[in-house]
Amino acid sequence: MTTEAADSAEAVGTIAPAADPGFLRRHGGTIEYVLIPGAALVGALVVFGIFVAMFGKNPLDLYFYMYYGAFGTWFSWQNTLTRAAPLILTALCTALPAQLGMVIIGGEGALLIGALSATSVALALQGLPPLVVQIAMVVAGVIGGGSWIMLSGGLRQYRGVNETISSLLLVYIALAILNHLVEGAMRDPASLNKPSTREIGAANMIGTIPGTDVHWGLVFGLIAAIAAYILVYHTVFGFAARIAGGNIRAAKIVGLGVDKLILTVCFLAGGAAGLAGMVEVAAVQGRTNANLAAGYGFTGILVAFLARQNPLAIIPVAILLGGISASGGLLQRRLGLPDASVLVLQGIIFVFVLASDALYGRIGLLKGKS
Amino acid sequence: MADGSIGLWTVPLAVLGGAIRVSTPFLFVSLGECITERSGRINLGLEGTLVMGAMSAYGISYVTGSPWLGVLAAGITGALLGALHAGICSLPRVNDVAVGIALMLFGTGLAFYLGKPLIEPTAPRLPAIDFGWWSDVPQVRAALRVNVLFLIGLALAPILYWAFRTTRWGLLIRTAGESSDAARAMGHSVQLIRLRATMVGGFLAGIGGSFLSLFYPGSWNEGLSSGQGITAVALVIFARWDPLLCLWASLAFGGAAALGPALQSVGVTSGYHLFNAAPYILTLAIMIVTCSPKRTLTGAPAELSITR
Repeated sequence: MTTEAADSAEAVGTIAPAADPGFLRRHGGTIEYVLIPGAALVGALVVFGIFVAMFGKNPLDLYFYMYYGAFGTWFSWQNTLTRAAPLILTALCTALPAQLGMVIIGGEGALLIGALSATSVALALQGLPPLVVQIAMVVAGVIGGGSWIMLSGGLRQYRGVNETISSLLLVYIALAILNHLVEGAMRDPASLNKPSTREIGAANMIGTIPGTDVHWGLVFGLIAAIAAYILVYHTVFGFAARIAGGNIRAAKIVGLGVDKLILTVCFLAGGAAGLAGMVEVAAVQGRTNANLAAGYGFTGILVAFLARQNPLAIIPVAILLGGISASGGLLQRRLGLPDASVLVLQGIIFVFVLASDALYGRIGLLKGKS
Repeated sequence: MADGSIGLWTVPLAVLGGAIRVSTPFLFVSLGECITERSGRINLGLEGTLVMGAMSAYGISYVTGSPWLGVLAAGITGALLGALHAGICSLPRVNDVAVGIALMLFGTGLAFYLGKPLIEPTAPRLPAIDFGWWSDVPQVRAALRVNVLFLIGLALAPILYWAFRTTRWGLLIRTAGESSDAARAMGHSVQLIRLRATMVGGFLAGIGGSFLSLFYPGSWNEGLSSGQGITAVALVIFARWDPLLCLWASLAFGGAAALGPALQSVGVTSGYHLFNAAPYILTLAIMIVTCSPKRTLTGAPAELSITR
């Protein structure tokens, strides 16, 4: 699937100029944003192919099963989209603060706190109409996750604590709180082997999009990503945030309320990840337990970087990485690769994407010299 | 019977033992990171290095039968990951914090992948020196069973402190960290200094990882390290990039991390998970108290991206 993406990107780059000589000059930047991450992705896939070849597996089989497991059938497409939903939301948790120049990597913690808040509210409101419970869960998830990341933002702004480290420490603290509550105060006595909270009830689950097995969380993710894009690129608030991200002193001189900007953006970012937690509870798990710490928060960081922190680009990238993790099961069964192979591939992609940052503005063809 | 006779003293004893035992990985990672950060670059990937070190040490110890070869292998693995970090960071416009996050995910994933066959077998572990021979109380003896790596770390902290102050290498690293222009003007390659500093940092972090799999807890599994690497990176910041303070902070952290299991052993089980999170909460609390938005931290290398 990735080679196709790269091919189409190259096709844009080579065919279009013949029709319009000024095309490259005007769109060179945009093409770069597709071409360079695409090339990084292909490079990472090649290296991963060599890696599995060292363990005696055929790389061509690997690529085939990856494609098949991710996008080969309607079933695998649904699996991919189901995994992409939380990834879009957790990627926003890194991408929104990035507009302000902050590196937040604690999406996993906000996801867990969001899930915990949503579950608590649903359990407290048992018996009310499902729609009321669901709306309350969304609000609770967003507030829970939002406050969690706002804590990192506030610590950075008021105490000068590095937000990257504090947000990551908060992941471990969130996990401890979740385990503490799930094994203590909120434990369902009937859950013996896997301590869990009580179920939120089948009626309160948000269900699937008609005609598919993909839950409504995907729509939540799409709406959130589009809203974030409009917020960042088409509102005064987003403009102010990008100014503050570019030069914080300039932002202060022109009188922007940087404190408020940082806290609001961090709240929205954490809110997105908290919503991912709510979706995982209300569409997949039906309750809160340690299964929720499935690493969506960490993969979301990779999605955000691969999308170059652009909220709209997050959507296709999340689908791509959702596809990679969806194909993990097939790779295990057919090729006998360990389940961690998806993690290895993600790590290699991440390294390649960051190294490819050095290429921007250096491809002669795209400077309009053609 | 001995257990009953000392009663609640078990807790402080276990915390003391923990301060010695659990602190070793913190100590090695923080000393390694201290060297890297003094050269003006931050390596957040040491969490991945720690896990890779633990896995390779266990694997090599299992295959060769010698735990010390395992320790060496862990160090070399760490140095290679450090070289990878420094290599990518030396490219133009590449952010060292982001590369660290990438290597954290890459190192952990690779360790889980390669370590899959190592979960079952038992590898020879590192020996311990019994400093508690004078006591009849088993808890005291357990607390004072000290690993050689801890003693090496204990010696390394003052050596590094001295080396930063007086040796040519220490001065070069500090120059690169305070002003890359000055280092360049003196005719030294800043990239090369940082490459070496990151490799040495990775070497030490890898050894810290070997302690996890070869001494305490002393086995390889995927839940072996949960954030010790990143906690140690944070620890360097509030230890003010001072190797001696890194030592004290690591001991305090080891004690905090041992609190949960210690309380559990005397029957306090209710807050087990919260006590296990004590090192993270402690890190955050100390960072909140010691950081300030108005001034950069005293002792911070001026070239460090994270403090600017």
